[in-house]
Amino acid sequence: MSIDHKIIQKIALLARIKVSAEEREELASELTNIFDWVEELDKVDTNDIEPMTSVVQASASLRKDNPNDGGYPERITANAPEAVEHFFTVPKVVE
Amino acid sequence: MMILTDLTIAEARNLLIAGDISSVELTEAHIRAMEATSSLNLFITETCEQALSKAEKSDTQRLSGNQGKLEGIPIAVKDLFCTHGVLASAASKMLTGYTPCYESTVTKHLWNAGAVMLGKTNMDEFAMGSSNETSYYGPVTNPWQRVNEPTVKLVPGGSSGGSAAAVAARAVMGALGTDTGGSIRQPASFCGVVGIKPTYGRCSRWGMIAFASSLDQAGPLTRTVRDSAIMLGEMAGYDAKDSTSVNIEVPDYEAALKKNVKGVRVGVPQEYFLEGMPKEIQCIWDKGITWFKEAGAEVKDVSLPHTKYALPTYYIVAPAEASSNLARYDGVRYGLRIEGKDLQEMYENTRAEGFGREVRRRIMIGTYVLSAGYYDAYYLKAQKVRTKIADDFRNSWKSVDLLLTPTAPSAAFVQGEKINDPIAMYLNDIFTVPASMAGLPAISVPVGLSSEGLPLGLQLIAKPFDEELLFRGAGLLELAANFKEKPKLAA
Repeated sequence: MSIDHKIIQKIALLARIKVSAEEREELASELTNIFDWVEELDKVDTNDIEPMTSVVQASASLRKDNPNDGGYPERITANAPEAVEHFFTVPKVVE
Repeated sequence: MMILTDLTIAEARNLLIAGDISSVELTEAHIRAMEATSSLNLFITETCEQALSKAEKSDTQRLSGNQGKLEGIPIAVKDLFCTHGVLASAASKMLTGYTPCYESTVTKHLWNAGAVMLGKTNMDEFAMGSSNETSYYGPVTNPWQRVNEPTVKLVPGGSSGGSAAAVAARAVMGALGTDTGGSIRQPASFCGVVGIKPTYGRCSRWGMIAFASSLDQAGPLTRTVRDSAIMLGEMAGYDAKDSTSVNIEVPDYEAALKKNVKGVRVGVPQEYFLEGMPKEIQCIWDKGITWFKEAGAEVKDVSLPHTKYALPTYYIVAPAEASSNLARYDGVRYGLRIEGKDLQEMYENTRAEGFGREVRRRIMIGTYVLSAGYYDAYYLKAQKVRTKIADDFRNSWKSVDLLLTPTAPSAAFVQGEKINDPIAMYLNDIFTVPASMAGLPAISVPVGLSSEGLPLGLQLIAKPFDEELLFRGAGLLELAANFKEKPKLAA
């Protein structure tokens, strides 16, 4: 599996991480090596095998749909890099 | 004269109860030890003042006859746990200044039991690494040194390397770690301490900064098996705030140590014999087998045929979950923000600047395996192989009760040696990852020294929720190995 800088560019966009041109080349070669190694898994026959989504056998517990927590907006926004009153702020998105 | 920092938790507990020492004395001794070992870079945040005031309260509490099982015992907490009012950085620039307004369930249990927090330990950034070199706060140095090259700095293992090294260096009596693919057991092996990853679901993950949610589990690092049993007993338990925590009774782990291992069936997985594995690893493994036989256990070979697929499977599943968990760090709600010309660029700049190289690499791997067109080939395939890895273990429990393996394929290595070779680094977890994939409890016990004078550990793996048997087996290894050496750079 060869991962080129175009694929890296696409993943970087999806992951919302800025990647410089130089880093693109490096990442392309590192990820190619890692996926070559992972390709080992193709040798395992997984027909009719259920994918594992959780190692815990128990089913999820249910509770009544009643609010039981909340009412402290100042704590929620306390660690925001920029918060105004009780709101998280972002750069302007509408002109 | 009694050296307070050499005491085990169990010994200190008895002296405290007898009134021979006070928690304040014990805490002060450890604060001095922290200062004496400061060059190892064990802590991201030290909380000495709060510790002393908690120790005073503990001493008063004890006089009133009402005390917890860890009353007055100084411990450290990996910086991956949210602790009220104290920086929780996950060793990342991304969480610069992040001060949680709440307490993780596991740490809350420990404070309720009377434990005293001395500080938050250094770690690999977002728990991603096997050498503790990816921390934004700089690498941790292992307190152990090579006999013939004492100036060479060694890694403590990762990602709970700060916690393991702090326990080994006598800066604290015990420490909290987390294990996703081996992050408690591998540093325990490298630093010559005991580390247990309990069954997935045994400890609450609430308030633990997430890496790979289907694997992450909290556990203690201590100098003895008994101390691990004491600490885990206080940490474990059902938590309604974590839907993957399991609602079953927590046994008395310390009491389990009274039982021997006569008649216990111990399996030796043949697939863990690696071509080119150092002779001394093979040698301690053979010793472990002999000790179990001599103690009356029934040792037999078993096969776990999908072992070699565990590591590549892990490097699809864990980054996939990480890419999803770490999507929340976007410059809006926590810590760091780097401005850009618009919202999209602010996200991209923040995440490029806030995450270190290894974290960015894993997010990229995870994003790729979850992306359209590759999901079935990589992520779904890995989840199916994971089922087969877990089935191997299930089959083995038909004939054995415990599995015995080395913990790591080598002793601690030199700082900088593997950092630019991701696959070489990932191979450090080759013996610990399979049990993680299956959610099984596993413990590492120090059992000897390499020819270079570095600690080596053996790992035991048990059935889900059979930590009691794990402690019994670990107790035997500890007794037989009689590992008493202390690192040169300890306080």
